[in-house]
Amino acid sequence: MDSLFIMLLFVLILAIFLGFELINKVPSTLHTPLMSGANAISGITIVGAILSSGSDSVLLTTILGTGAVFFATINVVGGYLVTNRMLGMFKKK
Amino acid sequence: MNMFFQSELFVNLSYILASILFIFGLKMLSSPETAQRGNLISALGMLLAIIVTLMGNNIISYQWLSIALIAGAIVGASAASFVKMTTMPELVALFNGFGGIASLLVGSAEYLNVTSALNAIALTAVFLTVLIGGVTFSGSLLAFGKLSEIINGKPFLYFGQRVVLIIFIVLSFVLGTEIIVDSGLLGISRFYLLVSIIITALILGVLLTAPIGGADMPVIIALLNSYSGVAAAAAGFVINNNVLIVAGSLVGASGLILTNIMCKAMNRSLMNVLFGGFGAVSSSQGKESGEIQGEVKPINTSDAYLILEAANSVLFVPGYGMAVSQAQHSVRELGELLEENGCEVNYGIHPVAGRMPGHMNVLLAEANVSYDQLVEPDDVNPIMDTVDVCVVIGANDVVNPDARENEGSPIYGMPVIEVDRAKTVFILKRSMASGFAGIDNPLFLKENSRMLFGDAKESISTLVSEFKS
Repeated sequence: MDSLFIMLLFVLILAIFLGFELINKVPSTLHTPLMSGANAISGITIVGAILSSGSDSVLLTTILGTGAVFFATINVVGGYLVTNRMLGMFKKK
Repeated sequence: MNMFFQSELFVNLSYILASILFIFGLKMLSSPETAQRGNLISALGMLLAIIVTLMGNNIISYQWLSIALIAGAIVGASAASFVKMTTMPELVALFNGFGGIASLLVGSAEYLNVTSALNAIALTAVFLTVLIGGVTFSGSLLAFGKLSEIINGKPFLYFGQRVVLIIFIVLSFVLGTEIIVDSGLLGISRFYLLVSIIITALILGVLLTAPIGGADMPVIIALLNSYSGVAAAAAGFVINNNVLIVAGSLVGASGLILTNIMCKAMNRSLMNVLFGGFGAVSSSQGKESGEIQGEVKPINTSDAYLILEAANSVLFVPGYGMAVSQAQHSVRELGELLEENGCEVNYGIHPVAGRMPGHMNVLLAEANVSYDQLVEPDDVNPIMDTVDVCVVIGANDVVNPDARENEGSPIYGMPVIEVDRAKTVFILKRSMASGFAGIDNPLFLKENSRMLFGDAKESISTLVSEFKS
């Protein structure tokens, strides 16, 4: 269990550094789509929500999980669509 | 169903692929040319992660799951399709809050699930997921309320604000310690312990967001964005899932960078933004900084037209006021007419103009302004002396020369667009009221400043028709 934790921690630290590198290159022109796009990515918690909602567990877990799926889906679907809509407007003459 | 596609190995390999797609998607956001494709790639990664999770063999019931997925997709899609670009900050705040509550619910569901035995590490992760998810949720809803003017958008300050905040932070950590060590000293059951942490987290979110208002909103929006990522990453530690950790960290880092950029653009520390209540105190400070000499020189649209007609270089500087009067389309039309007239046209955009990072860029892009004309203060300030006319539309604090000249001003040291160095400055304003930060702007009294009073959209439209006639 501890080795699993260390592995996850390792992933966390590397991903944070990668995030800083990637985001620093985004021009300020695109900061709003960046925020809404990143927001959509944070909806990844939907994976955990699906596992809580659909797996064999107590009723309360299923209810909470289902609620989480609902909210995370709004976050994911809405986030990506609105980002797509915004980015479609950026054109060069 | 085929065994391989349900195996742990396949699921995890798919999660790795999803992470790669998120990373490439964000990388492609570094240029407006590739950004839209990048977003699609990122969405593809999300779709992959969702599908393999749904196919996994621990999912036994699809009944509620499919209802929640379909309902969420309908709500999300309609919100995304109908939102106006001016109200984008509200929508992002709202979506952000939903991400926060989803993480909170996942953490709670795992904690209350008796079939899963959680060790100390997982319990710590549960605590952090619920805490940060709760702060993100209530903080984002409050930000949504402030931005959409359902509630008063001004900073809410009260005596003993920090003490109250510290009490709740300490309380949350006492409850957090109890959830991990399970000593039974507090004498409450697991269920009520969780409920207490959720309530504390929700109160903390309100306490952190309430003192922030007005022009500081971009900072709190960026910070809450970061929190939603951190909450997702913490949820990854609860269910031991790498893709949550990778995606959550990327978002956490993104929000933090934006927060930092916003703070730098206002020349303030994050602590000062979070606890300062800038907009509330500065109005009194501004008056103490002494009387400003000079007089306001109004101009009418006919005279403004003659000056613009003779100009070789024009810089538009939009602020939130442009969004309020919906003037962006008229501005673009005027810009095009000026270009046809042989004039160089650019748009100087301050990082904190508007109510969220990059808000003005989106509005101008919507109005069909070419993105290579959208320039940052660092690019435009060095060539300001060569600009014939600066047209300031609904911006105030981001063009205030006090930031360079008046050490007593609360915005002293903030990087601004130095429009007063242009040959002529037109300031489009409804009346002589002060800006969002509530401080006086000596720009209006400068020798080369001309005030064009009235609704920004009407003034610009009149100029457009003057050009056409």
